[in-house]
Amino acid sequence: MKRLLVVLLASLFMLPAGVLASQADTLIWGRGGDSVNLDLAQATDGESIKAGIQVLENLVIFGKDSMDVEPQLAESWSVSEDGLTWTFKLRKGVTFHDGEPFNAQAVYDSFARIIDENHPLHGYGKWRYLSLSLKPVTAINVVDDFTIQLVTEKPYAPLLNNLALWLCPILSPKAMHEYKDQIGQNPVGTGPFKFVKWVKDDQIVFERNDDYWGEKAKVKQIVLKSIPEPSARLMALQSGAVDIADDLDPDSIKLVEKNSDLAIIKRPSVNVGYLALNTQKPYLKDPKVRIGLSHAIDKNTIIQAIFQGMAIPAKNPFPPSIWGYNDAIEPYEYDPAKATKMLKEAGFDFTRELELWAMPVSRAYMPDPVKTAELIQAYLAAAGVKAKIVRMDWGTYLKKTSNGEHDMCMLGWLGGNADPDNFLYGLLSADTAETPGASNVALWKNAEFTELCKQAQKIFDKEERTKKYLKAQEIAHNESPWIPLVHTTIVRCYNKRLGNVPLRPNGLNSFQMVTKN
Amino acid sequence: MTLGYISKRLFHLALIMFGVSVVVFLMLRMIPGDPAQLLLGEFASPEELARLREQLGLNQSLFTQFWIYISNIVQGDMGHSVRTNAPVTGEIWVRLIATLELSLAAMCIATVFGIAAGVMSAVKQHSLWDYGAMFMALVGVSMPIFWLGLMLIYLFAVKFPLLPMMGRISLGLEVPDVTGLMMVDAVVAGNWQSFVSALKHLLLPAFTLATIPMAIVARITRSAMLEVLNMDYVRTARAKGMTELVVIFRHALRNAFLPVVTVLGLNLGLLLGGAVLTETIFSWPGLGRYVVDSLSGRDYAAVQGCILVFALLMAVINLAVDLIYVVLDPRIRVNE
Repeated sequence: MKRLLVVLLASLFMLPAGVLASQADTLIWGRGGDSVNLDLAQATDGESIKAGIQVLENLVIFGKDSMDVEPQLAESWSVSEDGLTWTFKLRKGVTFHDGEPFNAQAVYDSFARIIDENHPLHGYGKWRYLSLSLKPVTAINVVDDFTIQLVTEKPYAPLLNNLALWLCPILSPKAMHEYKDQIGQNPVGTGPFKFVKWVKDDQIVFERNDDYWGEKAKVKQIVLKSIPEPSARLMALQSGAVDIADDLDPDSIKLVEKNSDLAIIKRPSVNVGYLALNTQKPYLKDPKVRIGLSHAIDKNTIIQAIFQGMAIPAKNPFPPSIWGYNDAIEPYEYDPAKATKMLKEAGFDFTRELELWAMPVSRAYMPDPVKTAELIQAYLAAAGVKAKIVRMDWGTYLKKTSNGEHDMCMLGWLGGNADPDNFLYGLLSADTAETPGASNVALWKNAEFTELCKQAQKIFDKEERTKKYLKAQEIAHNESPWIPLVHTTIVRCYNKRLGNVPLRPNGLNSFQMVTKN
Repeated sequence: MTLGYISKRLFHLALIMFGVSVVVFLMLRMIPGDPAQLLLGEFASPEELARLREQLGLNQSLFTQFWIYISNIVQGDMGHSVRTNAPVTGEIWVRLIATLELSLAAMCIATVFGIAAGVMSAVKQHSLWDYGAMFMALVGVSMPIFWLGLMLIYLFAVKFPLLPMMGRISLGLEVPDVTGLMMVDAVVAGNWQSFVSALKHLLLPAFTLATIPMAIVARITRSAMLEVLNMDYVRTARAKGMTELVVIFRHALRNAFLPVVTVLGLNLGLLLGGAVLTETIFSWPGLGRYVVDSLSGRDYAAVQGCILVFALLMAVINLAVDLIYVVLDPRIRVNE
């Protein structure tokens, strides 16, 4: 009896630990959480977006490893003389995963449902981040089966970048009508992979689309596994149970670097973490005071201590991975003595205690906000400035900062569409500094800066636009409404049996070309 | 055991559920912070916020919101999740089954090993076995689950890859969805490979989850057994010449069972709602994780639904424990 039991138990263990590891053409992708909604027009979380873009496609898309716009479902496009009408020529012979043909009507339905309140599909979704997608569009015209026009109220050059984001996907009209508000649980697009099944909080399975219009995907299947515990995720990568592990902490990344079976790609992200100074407060009104405070903060030490080296110090409002970055600007170097001197000259009242608002949640651009705030507090103290750390819940924090109730607040931005406009106009122009609901939480109202941003929106020539943005960054630097802190480094850790692993600065890639040995 | 008693208890249950739903509803709305702002995050514009508030019904009075909520619940509709648009009832159901599978497996391990250890310790009191088992129980109670789970993964899935470290079944294996319990469904389908795979996926998380209840059960069983073993009826049984096994299992253990059943019931309730850590470490798609995610995402309908389900489970388990008392000890009368 005992022997039988031993034999039984032993045979149980002898069976392969997982059929999983033996599947050569399945890419297993471990990440921190489950997706929420795979209809990308409704997605707000990273886990939904990186899964959804495997299945859904746009008119245009960013390059594989860059943020330059390339054709996807549109073959070419042009803008009218007045800059108001965008005409897209669509790719022919493309079919959706459900066999429906891709044409201008599909584009119309996919877009109109987002912005047209009378469209029959409009009520089935919560359309997110309109200002980053189709808000500037006032009309969508189907010219013929494979030509579509988007009309804007005023010339709006960043529109192309908006379309390349995840927010304007093209879905099968038949599926959208069929699944109604559940389309996000059953996405049907044109992408290199098609949706197969979704076990909530466990896994999502995609299968190669063998009828894909372009180069077919290399692996047969992608399985996205939710592995919420970071140490477990690391162990899954080390043991080969997953091929890619997302969002590892810096300590784990060091272990990955030491492991000869694993590979790592690093790239500067498209985000910024900053400390906004409320320019409407009388004691922070003087740019000299703000520059003085900038000199007090040692960004490099913050990067070593908090980001464990996985970031670069920021000197401009947006990162160097985006075009138009002004690299000629000299950052305000860390010099507490100089800081004190400048503050004294500006007549700053050193007895005043400034409120330093620390975010209650961690973000890629601010992984440990409270510790960062404590460091900043210490740096300010070294320059003779007293600061009190203020904390509150996230919803209240966002509301109060957009009301301008703070002295200094920490925040950040992920510039999804990789257009300088997204950072400069969106976060620093006078138009967005109106309370309540200001996204310019420095409440900085500079007429010249705002005018430059607005002019740039109407220019379609990248070089000309760049000139405006270089100048705008100079003004922002001289006026210092923010102390830009960091741009983080984005990382992808994977097993070396994978080939062609891409990494865009925004971390969102299709895994179409990835191979597995 | 009368039907009247059960229906009375069921009526109490309804009252409790109503109370719980009121409390949960109010507590969720007392948490500071605007749910719309939380859902949309730092990149939202004021118009988007206003539109979402409208869609979520947050502009209506608290009373109106409560009325809509309660009248839907009565009809069995727990609302739609704001994050996924999906009906909460379905979202909860799939995860509840996963949690149930894990909790039941853990309870089986805890019951079998806990009672065995407790009985052995009591029978061989002051022996090396007794001291050893009780020391292990002490370690078990104070073991940080998180650490234990990670160590088990490291040992059995990374260092010696014998067992899988995540999920419920190996990729590529399918079982028809009958009960939702993987192992049961595999048996129903007669699929031996799936059964073994599901069992192996269950072993590490179930053992991790079982450590604390197992230790508690062992200690309770031991003390209850010690008390019972000195009773007259045990001496009588021995005097009648019964074998030691019969004395221990039929005469002693059955009488020692009442406190053990109570503890088991309580623990099952706790496991069903509180397996968050184990589910997180072993990537188990259960209800515990769902509650935490929903709460941090301020998904009102989902949190409300989960709490109602927990309350219901707890109440049902309590009822079951009370009924089992009667079976174990005929002297107890339910209608008293």
